[in-house]
Amino acid sequence: MTTSISELSAQVRRLRKHDAWYKNPLWGRLAVIECLALVLSIMTNETQGSPSDYTLLFKDSWFCVRGVQFLVAGAIVFVIAEVWRARGLSRIAAQATQPVRDLRRNKVLTNPWTKRGVLLAVTVIAVLLPLMGMFTLPYFQSVLAGQVGVYVLAALGLNVVVGWAGLLDLGYIAFFAIGAYTTAILSGKLPVGDDGNPELHPPIHLNLFFAFPIAVLLTMVAGLILGAPTLRLRGDYLAIVTLGFHEIVLNVAKNDPRGLTNGSLGATSISTFRFNLFGVHYDWRTNDAKPYWYLAIGIIIVVVFAFRRLEHSKVGRSWTAIREDEVAAAASGVPTVKYKLMAFAIGASTSGFAGVLATAKITAITPDNFPLTLSIFVLAYVIFGGMGSITGVIVGASLMTFLPAFLQGPPSWFNSGHPVVNVNDIPMWIGGVLLVMMIFRPQGLIPSKRRAQELSQAEHGVGDADAMTSPAEGVAQ
Amino acid sequence: MYITQHFWELLFQGIRLGSLYALIAIGYTMVYGVLQLINFAHSEVFMSGAFGGVFMLTALIGNKGKVPSGFAAFEYTALALLAGAAVGALIAFSLERVAYRPLRQRHAPKLVYLITAIGASIFLYNVAGKLFGRNNLQVPESFHSGKVFTFPGAGAPGPRTVKSLDLLIIGSALVMMIVLDIVINRTKLGAGIRAVAQDTETAQLMGVDVNKVISRTFLIGGLLGGLGGVLYGMFHSVTYTMGFAPGIKAFTAAVLGGIGNVRGAMLGGLLLGVVESFGQAQFHLEWVDVVSFVVLVAVLLFRPTGILGERTGRTA
Repeated sequence: MTTSISELSAQVRRLRKHDAWYKNPLWGRLAVIECLALVLSIMTNETQGSPSDYTLLFKDSWFCVRGVQFLVAGAIVFVIAEVWRARGLSRIAAQATQPVRDLRRNKVLTNPWTKRGVLLAVTVIAVLLPLMGMFTLPYFQSVLAGQVGVYVLAALGLNVVVGWAGLLDLGYIAFFAIGAYTTAILSGKLPVGDDGNPELHPPIHLNLFFAFPIAVLLTMVAGLILGAPTLRLRGDYLAIVTLGFHEIVLNVAKNDPRGLTNGSLGATSISTFRFNLFGVHYDWRTNDAKPYWYLAIGIIIVVVFAFRRLEHSKVGRSWTAIREDEVAAAASGVPTVKYKLMAFAIGASTSGFAGVLATAKITAITPDNFPLTLSIFVLAYVIFGGMGSITGVIVGASLMTFLPAFLQGPPSWFNSGHPVVNVNDIPMWIGGVLLVMMIFRPQGLIPSKRRAQELSQAEHGVGDADAMTSPAEGVAQ
Repeated sequence: MYITQHFWELLFQGIRLGSLYALIAIGYTMVYGVLQLINFAHSEVFMSGAFGGVFMLTALIGNKGKVPSGFAAFEYTALALLAGAAVGALIAFSLERVAYRPLRQRHAPKLVYLITAIGASIFLYNVAGKLFGRNNLQVPESFHSGKVFTFPGAGAPGPRTVKSLDLLIIGSALVMMIVLDIVINRTKLGAGIRAVAQDTETAQLMGVDVNKVISRTFLIGGLLGGLGGVLYGMFHSVTYTMGFAPGIKAFTAAVLGGIGNVRGAMLGGLLLGVVESFGQAQFHLEWVDVVSFVVLVAVLLFRPTGILGERTGRTA
């Protein structure tokens, strides 16, 4: 085989280019770190941009001392990281922390009684939380009851649909809204009559505790209504249809069919929970959030207990089978239609609880309380915490709901009365946290054992980590 | 009947809206084709493209309030569209590099991609809001959008007038779609995209550089999305949250046409635009979303993989 000079020189040029200094991955890493530093320099800048001068923020965070500071900090981080890498320090660190990780397999810790003890301790801490530190502030108590408790419940329900049955639901808050509107109707604040005053002719006026079973039943039916026509659809098609379902529910609420939802005005001054049994009388008052928190904990405990039983029952195993391979599950005699509908119904009914709870806490609802982004956020809580793992979902939802509230901060909390970051920047930080978290820990904070196993298998090319891409056509028929 | 009286103008409005949807939907569908990923951050590509166009026009024309004419008008419009497309492509490209490539290397499940995309979307539009302010920006007029012709019919001539801006929107969308169709079906890059969409592993074995193809797919989607953003901004206005609603609609259009299928996205976009236009006339403005989603559900009930079925590879 003869090789001409021109071909040879072309090869040499190619080889040279491969060895060129700028091809060294070192510089790529430096560039990434410096870019990150520049982005952080903008993110942490207190200045807000103005439409009249769109270069303002660049001038204010890149082309000034601030930009240089961030670049230098980035370079320092780069040097440390490279030294770390060159010395193999991560291995040394792994060796040093090995005893800690071995603890996980310790007999005492894996003992079911220890687990139950930990569970009890966590519950006690949750109950005592409003008496501790910053949670004594009414602002944080309100956040606990109105956000953390409610969204933990919602995320637990969505976990059934997404984490266990593997059905992608992007419209979950629609059920939450149905629960909330049911509460408003049952408490006599909706529908408003022609005069706009529901008080004059209340169709129903119930104690809100009775709203729980009715809302749960209604959301369950709504779940079936959504589930039935979508059984043939697979992952992404299901996503858009559920999203459409949310949009339809929201539009119906907004457009006020026959005064039932009072349009964009919604319902106000909805009564709260009260209790009058065996001579004991108790009112959940709007100025104290603690009782709502205790109620939320109570419901969460019941739901978690039920779901734990469900997870390891025949139903839970069927869901796992459907999630991992729907065709194989159907072939093995799992009635996929029944179990998929069941997942939708159970998932939806949990958000009925959450809807009643949230409505009683905030006492006023409008369609704006249930935006599409909220549905997406609840899904993000589930994935963030670790799909399929009850602990993970609870931790994920609590952290992700608490973080924005914490960043916003109550007035005069610390930082001399200013919020920790500018209120307008909070969604940016949430998005950033979500992004970074997913890139570096795709399995979520506390993944369930089975999901972690599926993920590591998928990483090595064995099977798919979820059933989102396998066709479900013809299976459901 | 209002609809029969105003059939042609409603159809025209639908096509105008639909061609914008189609431009964005192509980005969703192409990315879905190669990665099986709903790129929720694509709406932010659209938004950043619009910002690119606005700033280009502001830099060129300024706030003098004088509308350029003649060759200048043509030049400025073309430059704004180019700037928007370039910014959109840049954002889409870096998105793939920063967010999706690390996940791909770890074979992360699809849901993780989805949440990453959502995180990126939230992050990007809020950064844009922080950078450029949170008010509506009016796009400086790069040309005088005069009346071209009027549809015959009863009632006020206002909604029946076709302006040059309308023709610009439809025209550039049409040109881009034809060019894209040629690129997908006739060029080497298009063959690569189709191969990766059909079977990534086999394509890799056949010598297709999958990473490069995916990067370029994002580039093309970003180009079209950015261009659509500028056109949308010229018609409405530009703000940091402008991506969300058209993004959802374009995604619906992509699913309607059969996600993963480029011609399906074009068809789905146009169809959704026309359905919305007629739905708005027949029912009310506030029921438009309900109408379009009901149509989507109805189509998916009978054809669970959309009108033209799936995958870029199979149809071409």
